[in-house]
Amino acid sequence: MENYISLFVKAVFIENLALSFFLGMCTFIAVSKKISTAMGLGVAVMVVQSITVPANNVVYHALLKEDALSWMGITGVDLSFLALLSCIGMIAALVQILEMILDKFFPALYQALGIFLPLITVNCAILGGSLFMIERDYNLGESVTYGVGSGLGWALAITIMAGVREKLKYSDIPAGLQGLGITFITAGLMSLGFMAFSGIQL
Amino acid sequence: MNEILTDETKKVLVEPLVTNNPITLQVLGICSALAVTSQMSTSLIMALALTLVTACSSAAISSIRNHIPSSIRIIVQMTIIASLVIVVDQILKAFAYDVSKQLSVFVGLIITNCIVMGRAEAYAMKNPPLESFMDGIGNGAGYSLILIIVALFRETLGSGKLLGIEVFKLTKDGGWYDPNGLMLLPPSAFFIIGLIIWSVRQWKPAQNETVAFKIMSISHGEGGHH
Repeated sequence: MENYISLFVKAVFIENLALSFFLGMCTFIAVSKKISTAMGLGVAVMVVQSITVPANNVVYHALLKEDALSWMGITGVDLSFLALLSCIGMIAALVQILEMILDKFFPALYQALGIFLPLITVNCAILGGSLFMIERDYNLGESVTYGVGSGLGWALAITIMAGVREKLKYSDIPAGLQGLGITFITAGLMSLGFMAFSGIQL
Repeated sequence: MNEILTDETKKVLVEPLVTNNPITLQVLGICSALAVTSQMSTSLIMALALTLVTACSSAAISSIRNHIPSSIRIIVQMTIIASLVIVVDQILKAFAYDVSKQLSVFVGLIITNCIVMGRAEAYAMKNPPLESFMDGIGNGAGYSLILIIVALFRETLGSGKLLGIEVFKLTKDGGWYDPNGLMLLPPSAFFIIGLIIWSVRQWKPAQNETVAFKIMSISHGEGGHH
């Protein structure tokens, strides 16, 4: 249990996907102008991340890993080079399915999250989460924890960023820094803040 | 060669360098630009890998652009890009294992790098293969330029070395330079890119963004009463 809690805290704060691995930066910069939209996207990322990381974990361990096909009686096959292709295919398919399910059964939620879902397929935070899961060799339980944690960390980061940017419009910024430039500097300062967590031993 | 280098080709090759840079203006592909730049060697490999993938995927997508049904084009593009990335990843693992370990997941993340998808969608779907290939090279070069500048600052200031060769002699070896550890940490990449954007926009003010909220000037001195 302790192992899972420490993995969770690590995924949310210490190894925050957005601020220490720079994943999902494009959407992080582009969709952080308003708190409400940022939160919507954050929640969508969290949901998709919590589904795709375990799903990719199951596929990887059942089909792609070295000797993983031994349950079918095939040994000595290493398909792990296909992991990239299978991960991205899995993500695209799951996002599509999620979109259909939301549309059919939860129209209100679909109204709120729907526009973000297509964006998520090409969000590197999602693919990055799955690739980190493979690289660090998580088991199923750990991958669920990591999926939820890293999604939450990303959502947290983009929401804070949107909060800062909403206040930033009252400040007098040099013309050249306006918009993109100052956003980068702000993200840098936030990342410095998150560095403070890195000393925590769990 | 003169026939190949038409005006269009020159335009797509040169424009993305400064005037229409994918990172500083189009805000594409920032993730990896920040993550791999703490060392020059990883940045160079990454830049090369991305340029190759962008160019080849643009050419491949462009050559079948008239046969892709538009409803499934994203998944087709994704498959082509992912296959190319797998090739790059395997080549790196075979010939530059150390660098590929350092780049960790970021080679795989070229798949979701917005530059590749963006060029496929915006240029390759409408233009013939050769121009698309050149456009890929051009945008890859624009990306590489930023990557190399950032890495130049981060590696020299952060560890006093460039490509592993000593540039500044460190104090701990009896030299004069005290390395700035912050440069090796993630935040510095944000600051450097922010400053690069600022300098490019000072140089080319046409890139300045319009201000959403203008601050009214206060005529009666500091701290006016409400």
